[in-house]
Amino acid sequence: MTASAFPVPRLHIVTGKGGTGKTSVAAALALALAGTGRRVLLVEVEGRQGIAPLFEAPSLGYEERHLAAGLDGGEVFGQSVDADEALLDYLTMFYRLGSAGKVLQKFGAIDFATTIAPGLRDILLTGKLKEAASRTESGRMAYDAVVLDAPPTGRVVKFLNVTVESGRLAKTGPIGKHSRSVARMLHSSLTAVHVVTTPAAMPVQETVDAYKELMAADLPVGQLVLNKVAGAKAVEVDAAQIRAGLERAGLHPDDALVSGLVEEYAAARAEIESVDAYRDRLEQLGRPVAELPLLPEGVDLSGLYQLARVLRPGIIGGRRNG
Amino acid sequence: MAEIPELDIDALLGDEGKHVIACCGSGGVGKTTTAAALALRAAEVHGRRTVVLTIDPARRLAQSLGMEALGNVPKAVEAVRGGSLDAMMLDMKRTFDEVVASHTTPERAAEIFANPFYQAVSSTFSGTQEYMAMEKLGQLRATGQWDLIVLDTPPSRSALDFLDAPARLARLLDGRVIRLLSASTPGARRSMLSLMGASAAVFTRVFNKVLGGHLLTDVAEFTASLEDTFGGFRKRAEATFRALQDDQTSFLVIAAPEPAAVGEAVYFTRRLTEERMPLDGMILNRLTPVAADLTAERALGAAAALEESDADDPVAAVLRTHADLARRRAAEERVAARYAAACPEVPQRRLPSLGVEVVDLDDLRAFGAVAAGA
Repeated sequence: MTASAFPVPRLHIVTGKGGTGKTSVAAALALALAGTGRRVLLVEVEGRQGIAPLFEAPSLGYEERHLAAGLDGGEVFGQSVDADEALLDYLTMFYRLGSAGKVLQKFGAIDFATTIAPGLRDILLTGKLKEAASRTESGRMAYDAVVLDAPPTGRVVKFLNVTVESGRLAKTGPIGKHSRSVARMLHSSLTAVHVVTTPAAMPVQETVDAYKELMAADLPVGQLVLNKVAGAKAVEVDAAQIRAGLERAGLHPDDALVSGLVEEYAAARAEIESVDAYRDRLEQLGRPVAELPLLPEGVDLSGLYQLARVLRPGIIGGRRNG
Repeated sequence: MAEIPELDIDALLGDEGKHVIACCGSGGVGKTTTAAALALRAAEVHGRRTVVLTIDPARRLAQSLGMEALGNVPKAVEAVRGGSLDAMMLDMKRTFDEVVASHTTPERAAEIFANPFYQAVSSTFSGTQEYMAMEKLGQLRATGQWDLIVLDTPPSRSALDFLDAPARLARLLDGRVIRLLSASTPGARRSMLSLMGASAAVFTRVFNKVLGGHLLTDVAEFTASLEDTFGGFRKRAEATFRALQDDQTSFLVIAAPEPAAVGEAVYFTRRLTEERMPLDGMILNRLTPVAADLTAERALGAAAALEESDADDPVAAVLRTHADLARRRAAEERVAARYAAACPEVPQRRLPSLGVEVVDLDDLRAFGAVAAGA
């Protein structure tokens, strides 16, 4: 591998307004990144168990577990990171707590510590991501990429801005050092924050706001993903033509059927035009805009691979050589 | 399958025995819009003195309800036709400050406000927003100024947070760990420390390193200054929680036809039932509107027949568009059926997606009319 001027992101953070499908997009991105011989870790941090059902897998835990085969023979692993376990992990590592750690946990102290210091929670979670993204195993990277199904747009900047939040925590000692090294990675080009939206006013507005907040916090924005885009072929057609066409096809249309189809098609055309306007608005931000189709049957496992294939070309451009 | 009972929105809004309607659900299901539309309809159609308490409205909706001005008190919405509608946006930090101020002397309050730990808890603790929404609801109710309060619940990770978070905050503020901490900090009662023994020592040593000594001191000072107000804190949270169980309250679960949102709705419904909270119905927003009565299969068959003679037949494009809509709707109905299967006794109201963003009073009126089936 040769060093390049633009390091390829290893840590992909996927955020978006609630209901825009950020979990599906994160999962599809993980599949797309898992090319031949590559290993990708897909992580969630809010205990929602949103990933497992997409892969028709049992609930995820703190242990990394094989989830699915990637698009071209790579592998995707899944993990649900919990702040309390991460703190215990951390304490064990730095203070050699041994069984005392278990006592603390039983006593509610671990829960208490992560509760009174919300910044600590975020440092522990992002710290686990950094650890996974930079871990080596027998001479090679354990994971070629780590994808996070992140908190929604409203909370994501606070979540990622660990240096600011850690202002209230100990500045010296391992946690301070730890938070600074996590912050360095999150603010570097090794990280990309992707923002998912649907073609609708509120999600697009939140995406624009999130973009500005991320830029202001000096966090690297990756792609903007316009998700659930409905497709319809643009034709010029009126009610009389529709009636004639239905008769040719042997459907014996009544007035209600014809007017219903006219109404639906007009709405679909209007939707396509509004999608164009939203795409323009996103492109003005100057970041690449990926577009994913609305899957009429909802997103199931085969739908995830379908979305992954659409996302693939966008990330192949940034794929490392060798 | 048994018939799903239909939720009668107008009967609910017009019921003079109901004084609180709480709209719950996961993020992105149209909770705020639904709450605002129901409140407007309660005022205009049923002539009730109504107030809507929202948490985090979209900017344009906030503008049209006149909620931009801060103040943490309801303000009248202009141009409401009949009844009256007030609206307010929750200011979490300010509500917390008011609670503290009302429970202690001005000197103590000033001490508490200056404490860094208080500042962290009142502005960033993940349960504070829910707790303060409950608190504000209690305050609004106590004034007796309104016939009906419509509550939009916070945009939590999970709808369940709304029920759990207040208890979590109360537990945090008078839990045994906090007592232990204040006890094991210099100047505090030593007796607590000896009770807890060695684990307390380990605890203090490790957490002083991890969190920084100043944080533990802040916590200890905070608990010391709050000591006399703890009881009040907890009692208030419990009173508001109990008030939600009486039959003057009505919970509505809001969902969208997506697996995660429907899953949340099912969990939330179970919890409400367990807690004996009065759940009156479920509103399913954002169903794909289908206007033509034709199955996807027949539409696709007809499209294929037309394309045999002309690959670019425009009517085939129209039929394929319809088939997509019909398949989307069918998939949504399958997701929605999970709720009906898990919670068959809960009345439902299913609403089509309006296709436009709801930004002003006219939009809210239209949404309310569709919701009521009027």
